[in-house]
Amino acid sequence: MRTWLYKADTQLSPYLYISPFFLLFAVFGLFPLGYTAWVSLHDWSLLADEHAFVGLGNYAELLADPYFWNALRNTLSILALSTIPQLILALILAHLVNRPLRARTLWRLGLLLPNVTSVVAVVVIFSQLFGRDFGLINWLLESFGLGRIDWQAGVASSHVAIAAMITWRWTGYNALIFLAAMQAVPKELYESATLDGATAGQQLRKITIPSIRPTIIFVVIVSTIYGLQVFAEPQLFAGGGPNGIIGGPDRQFQTLTLYMYEHGFNRGFEFGYASATAWVMFGLIVLAAAVNYLITRRIRSSR
Amino acid sequence: MRASLRRLLVPIMVTGLLATAACGSDEQPGGNEKITLNVALFGDFGFKPLYEEYSKAHPNVTIKERISDYAAHHQSLISHLATGSGAADIEAVEIGYLSSFTATPNRFHNLLDLGAGSLESQWLPWKWQQGLSTDKKTLIGLGTDVGGMAMCYRTDLFKAAGLPTDRDAVSKLWPTWDEYVATGKKYKAAAPKSYFMEASGNMFRAMVEQASTGVYDNADKLIVDSNPSVKKAWDLTVDAIASDQSAKLAAWTPEWSAAFGKGTFATIVCPAWMTAYIETNAKDAAGKWDIAAVPGGAGSMGGSHLALPKQGKNAQAAYDLIKWLTAPEQQKKIFKATGNFPSTPSLYTDPDLTGFSKPFFNNAPLGKIFTASAQAVQPQHQGPKQGDVFNTIGAGLGRIEQGKQKPDDAWKQVLSDVAKLG
Repeated sequence: MRTWLYKADTQLSPYLYISPFFLLFAVFGLFPLGYTAWVSLHDWSLLADEHAFVGLGNYAELLADPYFWNALRNTLSILALSTIPQLILALILAHLVNRPLRARTLWRLGLLLPNVTSVVAVVVIFSQLFGRDFGLINWLLESFGLGRIDWQAGVASSHVAIAAMITWRWTGYNALIFLAAMQAVPKELYESATLDGATAGQQLRKITIPSIRPTIIFVVIVSTIYGLQVFAEPQLFAGGGPNGIIGGPDRQFQTLTLYMYEHGFNRGFEFGYASATAWVMFGLIVLAAAVNYLITRRIRSSR
Repeated sequence: MRASLRRLLVPIMVTGLLATAACGSDEQPGGNEKITLNVALFGDFGFKPLYEEYSKAHPNVTIKERISDYAAHHQSLISHLATGSGAADIEAVEIGYLSSFTATPNRFHNLLDLGAGSLESQWLPWKWQQGLSTDKKTLIGLGTDVGGMAMCYRTDLFKAAGLPTDRDAVSKLWPTWDEYVATGKKYKAAAPKSYFMEASGNMFRAMVEQASTGVYDNADKLIVDSNPSVKKAWDLTVDAIASDQSAKLAAWTPEWSAAFGKGTFATIVCPAWMTAYIETNAKDAAGKWDIAAVPGGAGSMGGSHLALPKQGKNAQAAYDLIKWLTAPEQQKKIFKATGNFPSTPSLYTDPDLTGFSKPFFNNAPLGKIFTASAQAVQPQHQGPKQGDVFNTIGAGLGRIEQGKQKPDDAWKQVLSDVAKLG
C-alpha cells in the first residue's frame, strides 16, 4: 500500500503541479478558441436572439471579400516594414551594449524604456510627429526644402509611420533578449578571433549570430505573431473617427485585426463573421510561424 | 503556527460574510432601502453636480457614474446586453446607435410601463419618436440633448477674404447650401492658401439630415441609391472638394483639434455640442469664432437618450432618476454648463435660455440660434445602421479628397459598400 502510494506520488505529482496552467489554459484559451469556431459557423449578430447555422458561409464570404485581401496585404507590408529593421537594429544594439561600456546597466535599462511606455502614449506622440499640418517630421522635411507628406493618406507613408511606432516600442525589448543570449557565448571564441585578426563586424556575423540562432528563431516568431495582430497602432493613428475602423477612407492602413473589429463591433455586430476572420488569422499566424521557423533554421550553425 | 493562522482567518471570513450580506441588501428594491444606481455615459454629460442635488432629496440613492469614449461606450453596452450582465442601470445611447436598439427593444425596460406615457408632451415630438420601438409599443429612452445645427465661422479669416463678419450678414450669405458652396468659391479666390471648411463629410451629412427622408425610408430600407436628395448632397459636396474648399482634416485627430486654434479653415457645421469642443480646443482664439445660421435653415445632428437595460434590478428607482435628469429644469442647467442643447420645447420660450450667450463666440446668442434651429427640425426616420451608412459615404468623399478616386468611381464604390451593409 505504502509503495503504491509512493509510486503514485512520484509519477502523478509532477502532473498535478503543472496542472493549474493547463486547467487555466483550457478555460481561458482552449474553450474560447473552440467556441469561436462554433460561432464562426453561424450568422451570429450580437443584437439578434436567433443565430442561424450557415456552415462555412462566413468563410466563403470572407475569402471572396477584396477588403479582406487588402487588409492582409496591409498587415504583411507593415509586418515586413517593422520586423526586419527592428531585428537588425536590435542585433546591433545588443552587440553594442554587450561590449565593455561605462554605465552599462544604465544603457541596458534604457533599452527597455520604450517598451514600458503604454502603447496609447506612444501612438499619440507619434501621431503628432507624423501630423500633416503641424507635425515635427513635416516641418523638418520642409526646412530641408522637401515637400510635406500627408502621412495618413498614402499607402506606403501610412505603413511607414505605423511601422515606426512598432519598431520604436519593440527594438529595445528584443535587443535585451538578444543580449541575454549573447552573454552565454563563450568569451574564448571572441578572444581567439581577435588574435586571428577578425574585425567586430566579422565577429558579429561569424560567431555571435550562429551562436544565438535559437534565440533569433524565437524572437522572429514572436515578433511575427505580434505583427500579424497589430491593432492599437493603426486604430489610434487614425484618430477617434470612422477612419479608426476602416484604416483611412481608402482602407490604406486597415490591418486584419481592424478588419475583424470593423465587422465584430460595427455594422450590426456580426460576431459570426468576425469569428471566422479570427480563425483565418489564427491559421495564417500558424502558417507564418512555420515558414519563419523553416527560414531561420537555415542560418548556418556554428557547430 | 496553526493556531495563529486560524486567529487570522476567522475575522477575514466574518468580514467577508458581512460584506456579502451588505451587498445583498443593496439589491433589494423598495421604499427606503439603500440603492446604488450605475450610470454609464460617453463623454461628460454635465450630470455630476446634479447627482449631488438628487441624492440630497433621495438620501437612500447612491449614484455612480462611469464615462468612456463614444465607440467604446456603445460597444461595451452591446456586449453587456448580449451576455445579459454587466450593463449599468442607466445607459446613454447616441442617436447613431439608438435605431439599432429600437429595432430590437426587448433588452430594455419599457418606459411606458414605468409611467413615461404622461410625459410625452415634454419633448420635441421627433425626439420622443426616436426613443420608440418600430412597432411604437415600447419606449426605450428619454431624450437628453438635441444637436440643433448652426454654422461656426472665423471672423478674422472672413475679414481677410473680404467677406462680411457680422453674424446676420453672414447668415444672409447662405440661405441654401448652393450659396454656401458659392461663398466658398469666393473665399478661395480671395484667400487661396486657406480653406473654407474643415472636411467635406460634415457638410454632406448636414444636408442629408435636413431632407425629409435620408438614407433609409420609413420601412428601414436603404435608399442611398434612389433618394435624389442624397445624390444632390453628394454632387454639391464633390463640387466643393473640386474647388479645393476642404482642409481634408479627419475628425478627432490631433491635426483637427489644433486647426480650430490655428485658423486652418474658416467654417464648420456646428451642432450645439460642438461649441464646447471648439471652446476647449481653441482657447487662445477667443473672440475669433462666431456663430451664424446653418444653410438650409435647420436640422439636427447627434443627440442622446437615457435607457434602462432590462438586466438592471432597480427599474423604478432608475426611471425616477432619468425622469428627473431629463426634466426641463435640469436640461437648462446642463446647457449652461456644457452647451448640450435641451430637447424640451417648454424651455425654448424661457428668456433664461433664449438670452444665453458666450463671450468666447463674440457674445453670439447661442440660446436664440439653437432654439430657432431645433424648432425648425423636420423629423427624419433613422434606420438600424444609420451611423455605418454615413461612415461609408464619408469614406467615399475622403477618397476623392485624398485624390485616390474620381467622383464617379467613388460613388460606385459607396453604393456597393452600402449594399453590403443592408
